[in-house]
Amino acid sequence: MSFVHLIIFIPFVAALLIPFFYKYLSRIHTGWFVLPIPAVLFVRLAAEVPLVAQGEIFMHTMPWIPSLDINLAVCLDGLSLLFSLLILGIGTLVVLYSIFYLDKEHEALGNFYLYLLIFMGAMLGLVFSDHLMLLYAFWELTSVSSFLLIAYWYQRKKSRAGALKALFITIFGGLSMLAGFILLSSGMGTYSIREIIGSGKEVTLLPQFFPAMLLILLGAFTKSAQFPFHIWLPDAMEAPTPISAYLHSATMVKAGIYLVARLTPIFGGTMPWFWLVSLVGLVTLFWGSFSAVKQTDLKAMLAFSTVSQLGMIMCLLGLGSAALAEPLNIMSSLYPAAMLTAIFHLVNHSTFKGCLFMVVGIIDHNTGTRDIRKLGGLIRLMPLSFTMMMIGSFSMAGLPPFSGFLSKELFFTSVLHIARLDIFRLETWGVLFPVVAWVASIFTFVYCMILVFQTFLGKYQPQKLEREAYESSWGMLLPPLVLAVLTILFFFYPNVLADYLLLPALAAVLPNMAAADFGIEPILAWHGWTPELMMTIGVVLLGTLLYLTFPKWSRIYHQLPHWLTLNHAHDRFLSLGEKISLTTTKAYMTGFTRDYLAYIFLFMILLLGGGLFGQQNFSFDPTGNSPIEFYEVILVLVMISAALTVALAANRLTSIIALGVMGYVIAIFFVIFRAPDLALTQLVVETVTTALFLLCFYHLPKIKKEVVRLSFKITNLAISLGVGLIVTAMALSAQGHQLFPPISGFFENSYELAGANNMVNALLVDFRGFDTMLEITVFTIAGIGVYTLIKLRMSRRDSD
Amino acid sequence: METLISVLIGILFTIGVYLILSKNLLHIIFGSSILSHGAHLLIITMGGLKKGAPPLVSENAAAYADPLPQSLILTAIVINFAVTAFLLVLAYRSYDVLGTNDMNQLRGVNDE
Repeated sequence: MSFVHLIIFIPFVAALLIPFFYKYLSRIHTGWFVLPIPAVLFVRLAAEVPLVAQGEIFMHTMPWIPSLDINLAVCLDGLSLLFSLLILGIGTLVVLYSIFYLDKEHEALGNFYLYLLIFMGAMLGLVFSDHLMLLYAFWELTSVSSFLLIAYWYQRKKSRAGALKALFITIFGGLSMLAGFILLSSGMGTYSIREIIGSGKEVTLLPQFFPAMLLILLGAFTKSAQFPFHIWLPDAMEAPTPISAYLHSATMVKAGIYLVARLTPIFGGTMPWFWLVSLVGLVTLFWGSFSAVKQTDLKAMLAFSTVSQLGMIMCLLGLGSAALAEPLNIMSSLYPAAMLTAIFHLVNHSTFKGCLFMVVGIIDHNTGTRDIRKLGGLIRLMPLSFTMMMIGSFSMAGLPPFSGFLSKELFFTSVLHIARLDIFRLETWGVLFPVVAWVASIFTFVYCMILVFQTFLGKYQPQKLEREAYESSWGMLLPPLVLAVLTILFFFYPNVLADYLLLPALAAVLPNMAAADFGIEPILAWHGWTPELMMTIGVVLLGTLLYLTFPKWSRIYHQLPHWLTLNHAHDRFLSLGEKISLTTTKAYMTGFTRDYLAYIFLFMILLLGGGLFGQQNFSFDPTGNSPIEFYEVILVLVMISAALTVALAANRLTSIIALGVMGYVIAIFFVIFRAPDLALTQLVVETVTTALFLLCFYHLPKIKKEVVRLSFKITNLAISLGVGLIVTAMALSAQGHQLFPPISGFFENSYELAGANNMVNALLVDFRGFDTMLEITVFTIAGIGVYTLIKLRMSRRDSD
Repeated sequence: METLISVLIGILFTIGVYLILSKNLLHIIFGSSILSHGAHLLIITMGGLKKGAPPLVSENAAAYADPLPQSLILTAIVINFAVTAFLLVLAYRSYDVLGTNDMNQLRGVNDE
């Protein structure tokens, strides 16, 4: 077992132990036992940074289901190292934060840390997996643990609804991703991601290349809350704030980003991948930032801003994937630069968004509300929170001196120059990118300002708050402070970060290019009076203007009618599905036995009739039939008229007697057909049956002697005629076919073998005695049943 | 003869199925009786009719009627009798407890 395996397994093992700590050491907050786990793992992984920066890749495999070629294959390269450091680093801070956020007395902490550790382990497994099926297993585990965490306060209706929605959408994506994985691995003959990458351009020639890409992207888009699957993310804000900070800003929503980045070497460089990823990202970027402005709940605002930032990263990943396209032209260093920007912004977003969520959590915790309309003037009461909120928001808005500025500038560089490239018809449509990106940035700027100034400036309204606002303890302030400091540090030393983490990650995303080929210049905070800087200045100016005039134009948000929203579509889809299945079920599950019998007979007619006549299997060959005597025809006629009498008689007694006539005629038939034992049995049985009928329906006093006529129904007649025809046709058709001679000649030895002259009796008690034994059993059971029915009088009414 | 009996079987099945599809419990039991008659005739017909002597060794005949379908039918008759008897008592009991023989009224609750 390698250390990478250990890192994945330790959280799961720890999760198993959590309930014991929670139960037996309840005086100490359970979080303190959890805290060392991510911290130690973080340090252990950080020790690998220099090695990985030199291009080393750790590959380990452990058998899991070797016969199916499913192994615990893990790989530690630049990309997974970057992600795992984010998961563990922010995980440590979130656990620390949650110790002070969640109350020891009132919360079910055992559940919380159990779910959290499962999630952490699943997420680590996800980024380390080299095996597609393993990746999928961890992927679904993150969905399930996220579901549990969103519904942590399961007493609340909204929590349950949010959890269900998140599960529904992410599992939908997860399943289509699985289908895509299966298509991909069946085409390539291997499950290993690295081997598929290693096979080069072979994968693009597969017939299932495009469907696999589409299905996998569906998984990535749903997980990373891309348009139009982003609707689950704002509803997931019902989770406790540490969870929102951890899952729904820094880690889980990045799983889709990770997947796209990881599979870029496989699918990247093709036109559909480029356009799908970058356009969906662009639309998400715009829609997320546009929707964020209208929110009044701080967490909802942050949720939409997460959606928007994820869209930006996705868009950059799409643009960067063009680096793998053939043939490369002079401008080719631009694409790797876009990819690097994506990775850079991913790190930045994780830090400042985690910080922002934690600050919002502090505000919620210390004032009792997250509603912007109730908040205001907190700057004097909560100065530290204000500072951190400002750092996070300004970084998100892309202002210096915070890390967001750098990645936003690089983003502008990428979209500005993308139009100049002449692949994938960018010369026509490329102009779309800078324009939409710029407009989206303006909205980003506006909601960042709202976030800071509406919350902390303005008038303090203590009467609207649940409790008097106060600054938090250091334990709660420390985690966001660390992230805020990192945000500033990344601005001043971006190239340290780039050299040790970002470039190795880039090498993993674009594996077939040597590092020197990238031609990427170091990230510079000041890069001269370039168009990008002009764009940023434009964003600031227009954004400030829009922020100041916000009440005047906020009406546009109410223009979109409710029935056009995506949430409404989602709800309609679900309720429509329920309604359709309910009506179809009600339509055929009528509760009438007659209907079900009709279905059964209809299927019999269709299947057997189809088999007989549809495929021309019907044949009729009367040669070899025995001759017909006159009296036999008479008997047949008697039989038919007796059967008709049974059916049509007005009097029940007549029916019973006609039924008896039928039984006796059958007995005569058995005589004619040389079956003495059958004739004997039939006579006796018919007599007893008739007696029973009479007993039950005539002599038992309770039954009224009402006249029951058989009602006529044309459908019933059609069905029964169909059944009769099919049976006759089968009987006739079967006569002409004898595949092999009968085995009955053997039973002529009954005297030698069994000492019996009567072959039928020898068959019944000697050759096939088992049948008889079980038949006796049937008889006994029926007898007991009859006795019970008559004797036992326990109805529900009586026992009450 | 086989053709004639085959047609008779078809007629018996038609009437049996028609009765089974009706709403009166008693008619349904009549129907199942007629169906079982049809099935018994079908089995013996498929074995071939009137070919040789009854299956008794002492007859010293050149050929015997097939004993296998006969033993099968014998088993079937007895089982059918047991089931019919049980059904009858069940129908009687259900009338006794529920007060109706109409299958359309025996539908359980409307909305569960």
